[in-house]
Amino acid sequence: MPGRHKVFLGMAAGVGKTYRMLQEGRAELETGRDVVIGYLEPHGRAETEAQVDGLSTLARRHLTYKDVPFEEMDLPAILERRPELVLIDELAHTNAPGVEHDKRYEDVADVLDAGIDVFSTVNVQHLESLNDQVAELTGVRVRETFPDSVLSNADEVVLVDLTPTALIERLQAGKVYPAARVPAALNGFFRVENLEALREVALRQVAEDVEAKRLKGDTAILREDRLMDRAAPLAVAERLLALVTPQPSSQRIMRRAWRSAQRLGADLDVLIVLPREPSEAEREQIEAFHRLGSLLGAEVIVEEGDDLPAVAARVAAERGTTYVLIGTPAPRRGLRRFAEPLTDRLVRALPGIDVRIVADRSKRRGQ
Amino acid sequence: MTLSHVVVLVLGALAGAGLALLAVRRLRAAEERPPERRILFPYVGTQLSISALDAALRIARIERATIVPAYLVPVPMTRSLDAPIPRDCGRAFELQEAIEHRAAAAGVPVDGRIGPGRTVRHALRELLDAERFDRIVVAAGTAHTDGLSAADVAWLLEHAPGEVAVIRPADESALATAA
Repeated sequence: MPGRHKVFLGMAAGVGKTYRMLQEGRAELETGRDVVIGYLEPHGRAETEAQVDGLSTLARRHLTYKDVPFEEMDLPAILERRPELVLIDELAHTNAPGVEHDKRYEDVADVLDAGIDVFSTVNVQHLESLNDQVAELTGVRVRETFPDSVLSNADEVVLVDLTPTALIERLQAGKVYPAARVPAALNGFFRVENLEALREVALRQVAEDVEAKRLKGDTAILREDRLMDRAAPLAVAERLLALVTPQPSSQRIMRRAWRSAQRLGADLDVLIVLPREPSEAEREQIEAFHRLGSLLGAEVIVEEGDDLPAVAARVAAERGTTYVLIGTPAPRRGLRRFAEPLTDRLVRALPGIDVRIVADRSKRRGQ
Repeated sequence: MTLSHVVVLVLGALAGAGLALLAVRRLRAAEERPPERRILFPYVGTQLSISALDAALRIARIERATIVPAYLVPVPMTRSLDAPIPRDCGRAFELQEAIEHRAAAAGVPVDGRIGPGRTVRHALRELLDAERFDRIVVAAGTAHTDGLSAADVAWLLEHAPGEVAVIRPADESALATAA
């Protein structure tokens, strides 16, 4: 069974990730677990070094590359020692050539595969998917990155948070870097606006991670239920499908559908069925719907077809729709008066799905 | 009257009815066809000026144009421009519905938009790049209503294609206030 991975995530150096990791490591030690430090980068911070007391540290591995000496984490020594929990600093670190892996997160994967639990630390700007965004925000491009999957596969992600002002005070007090490096840091990366932006990114990242893990958990529970009783009906989330035409008046249906989706906590799809090649104005409207859809978090689907109920039924089956919304159909004229009304055909084509007709409230009497 | 006379009369009546039906359909199609002129009415914030909107609607009615109210949303750099912005959309929809209600009373068709951008000016530029507008009617911000800043209005006057009408609303209550 693989070990459990807990990541201490921060917005920048100096927020206290390593300190917190050591603190929790010591707590685990006090409960009787076998805890060792696999790799630690205390950066000469006295507060951090004080937390090491009582924890055993594995020796670093000494290497030489092109006559330059390096010190790296000793992966074979950790695997041989087989502690219950190992503390490993700086997850995004790039190893010197000559060791088992290029990156430290790959070493961590080996440790986890060996059934050893890992506590590790990393800053949010090292996340691969955020690299461009962070570079845009701060003007500093981080070269050492790690894949998002490392964070999403971690069993726990703990955000070590500190306000930008408090971090700058720590920096000025010499608690983060030696005094000689402080002015450069304050003028470069450690500006309030940079730290505020990074803090927002870190908070959002952890919130998204928690949400993703919650959803993953729900799916896992659902799968287990399925194994236990295949005949039991599955509880499904609501999913709405709004049927619209490429006309400005359809925005009303999109708005109402979106509000209903918000209330139900449901996803929204918007379907446009084109019986023929769209005109220039219709094409522009479809483009506008696509833009609005992305702002609403809805997916706009464009399909070709003459038979609206048949196309709607197919899309509803594909998307797992539970609820269909449609505008008030236009009055039937001519021979169409004798045909089956669109709403009836829709209800027949969509068994088990609620169909709602969205009225134009501006036409309500007394308004 | 012979049988041939009757047949001619019936055929004539049918042809007349057909032509009348065609004429009615054309008339309806012409009524239903949206006007081609488009007037952009960009707005920001949570309060909308009645007088600026009414000015835009008056012009639209005279020109048989569609009014395009566009809610401009500044999106922080930490988010992509096409990321979902539900809170802003909710606010925009409240104001858009108030505009639609007033436009319906004036008989003016509406085609609303939500325009995201890094700043109000950027949102405007994106909108002007993406779509064609014949005129722009814009409210300048006052103490009582939200509107474009003096700097944004100046930018618009310098860079926007077509006619730009800037309305500085007099003291008045706002038309709609979004939460």
